Amino acid sequence: MAELAAPSGKSSLREWLTTSEPRSRAQARLGNAYRSWVAFSRNPLAMFGLFIVLVLIIVAIFADQLATHSPTVGGDLRTERLQPPSAAHWLGTDNQARDIYSRLVHGSRLTLMVVMLVTVIAMPVGLLIGTVSGYMGGWIDAVLMRITDIFLAFPRLILALAFVAALGPGIVNAIIAIAITSWPPYARIARAETLTIRNSDFVVAVRLQGASPFRIITRHIMPLCVPSVIIRVTLDMAGIILTAAGLGFLGLGAQPPTPEWGAMIASGRQFIIDYWWVATMPGIAIFVVSLGFNLLGDGLRDVLDPKAEK
Amino acid sequence: MTDAVNDTTPGERSRALLTFAVAAGRFLLMLAITLFGLLAVTFFIGRIVPVDPVLAVVGDRAPAHVYARVREEMGLDLPLWHQFAIYIGNVFRADFGNSILTSRPVVEDVVRYFPATLELATLGTLLGTIFGVPLGVAAAVKRGKFADHFVRVIGLVGYSAPIFWLGLLGLLVFYSKLGWVAGPGRLDVTYEYMLTPVTGMVLVDAALAGDWAVFRNAISHIALPSALLGYYSLAYISRMTRSFMLNELSQEYVTTARVKGLSETRIIWGHALRNAAVPLITVIALSYAHLLEGSVLTETVFAWPGLGRYITNSLQNADMNAVLGGTLVIGIVFVAVNTFSDLLYRLFDPRTR
Repeated sequence: MAELAAPSGKSSLREWLTTSEPRSRAQARLGNAYRSWVAFSRNPLAMFGLFIVLVLIIVAIFADQLATHSPTVGGDLRTERLQPPSAAHWLGTDNQARDIYSRLVHGSRLTLMVVMLVTVIAMPVGLLIGTVSGYMGGWIDAVLMRITDIFLAFPRLILALAFVAALGPGIVNAIIAIAITSWPPYARIARAETLTIRNSDFVVAVRLQGASPFRIITRHIMPLCVPSVIIRVTLDMAGIILTAAGLGFLGLGAQPPTPEWGAMIASGRQFIIDYWWVATMPGIAIFVVSLGFNLLGDGLRDVLDPKAEK
Repeated sequence: MTDAVNDTTPGERSRALLTFAVAAGRFLLMLAITLFGLLAVTFFIGRIVPVDPVLAVVGDRAPAHVYARVREEMGLDLPLWHQFAIYIGNVFRADFGNSILTSRPVVEDVVRYFPATLELATLGTLLGTIFGVPLGVAAAVKRGKFADHFVRVIGLVGYSAPIFWLGLLGLLVFYSKLGWVAGPGRLDVTYEYMLTPVTGMVLVDAALAGDWAVFRNAISHIALPSALLGYYSLAYISRMTRSFMLNELSQEYVTTARVKGLSETRIIWGHALRNAAVPLITVIALSYAHLLEGSVLTETVFAWPGLGRYITNSLQNADMNAVLGGTLVIGIVFVAVNTFSDLLYRLFDPRTR
């Protein structure tokens, strides 16, 4: 791989990446990624979104170091309850005399976990159902798409509510419920993509070589559907966070004393008139993080799928 | 009108009729399958409840033969498909069982609580449409200018802020600090029983009775929650209006109209918006359906006695009949609104015929 070692210095690296005659597959791919990145980084709002998401990830990783107090054990209930923001408690304390800042920092882990787990569960399911449906066609397509339609027809939050009601409250069940209600749009998108490529020459060529439908779908069709599904997932992440927070607010998500942001708003609700910060601070956290994912999703869509928004 | 009919031969007419019948048949079949799916999902959820419904009735100290008998009476010993058939039969007779919490039939409860939700969501959609459509048009016309950025920011905030949090902040600012609006609930306690429910919607009932004091009080209660729902619907409607309008404004007929010397106002409102109106109807209907659902959280914050609060209250008391009944009703309304908007779309857009 002599050509991979070629670049030295910053400008030649750029030239190597943007060359119109890449000498290897790796170079072409890196060049493409670089061009996408340049387009993406020209969008200040998208960069801001990326910044927020990166901060969320860093905070979640270093929560133990960043928190100043314990997220679950409060201070002295006689003197440290419902304190306004101060030097000792940056964002004030709640009714259990717990430091709100530390709770928010630890809550970022839950938020990130919910988003990642829902994605990890819902994306492959949607991808699989969509590609199989699109590639196989016929009655398989009809059955799978009807099932998808039924789940799409059901209001999402209500369905999640009913599932949590049946499974019992808790963060894991909330994640399962949100995942169950999240996959249908991904299946729709994957199917639409599959329909446009299922009859292209390279698929026919692979089929003539004797590849099984399983191999064609997983090796040749799925990878091509991934980008558009990823865009949709990123755009959905804010919705996932809001649904999880909503379930938490209703007492159906993470249970106390877990520092889940929605549940924190619920616990601050009864003090909202006199101690506004208890419910306001977690709301700001949810808002900023959802905003970050929304901006990131918009930016990704603009770069990877220029047709979608004019 | 008869000319047009006479122009076609009988063969063509019957073929057109056949196409229509096939389309209508497909449509009804889809609807039936979707509703069947809804029933299957609620039935399934009802079966995976970890609480043993028999134990809930007889208590855990009941002797085995009592347990077995009750189990039989409740139909739980039947095969699953048979239970499902019974369930469908019950739903068609509008029998969702009794609520444990209110000890009334769930259907009665739904009829009692649904108008409050309907009132809130309708007002919210109205507000969202009245403000959202002009904002979306302005954003498309002034693309890249201040109006466009303004609408974008409004939309982003709407998509990112948790509705229950904004509701709490709204109560804090407009009710507690400024005193502009009334607090949670539909009416002040003093007015609570002055109204005979006719439609169940307080605003309508007060207007029908000509009781303007109650009407003013109701307005002051509904203002904040409906403005909040309206804001969420506005965020969605203005964004979609913008993209539909941008699409229309780039069409050739707009250029033709400009060349013809039509005023910009007529081009925008008379031509472009009229063409964008067809997909907009679908968007507005969709947003209406979402508000019916999204009111669950809003109703909780504002102690609004609607279906959403009924469901969450029942949920917290493990009242599964009520939860599933309410879920099914909202699901059916959701499907009905979507179907209705689909029909409107077919009616107004000649290309879909």
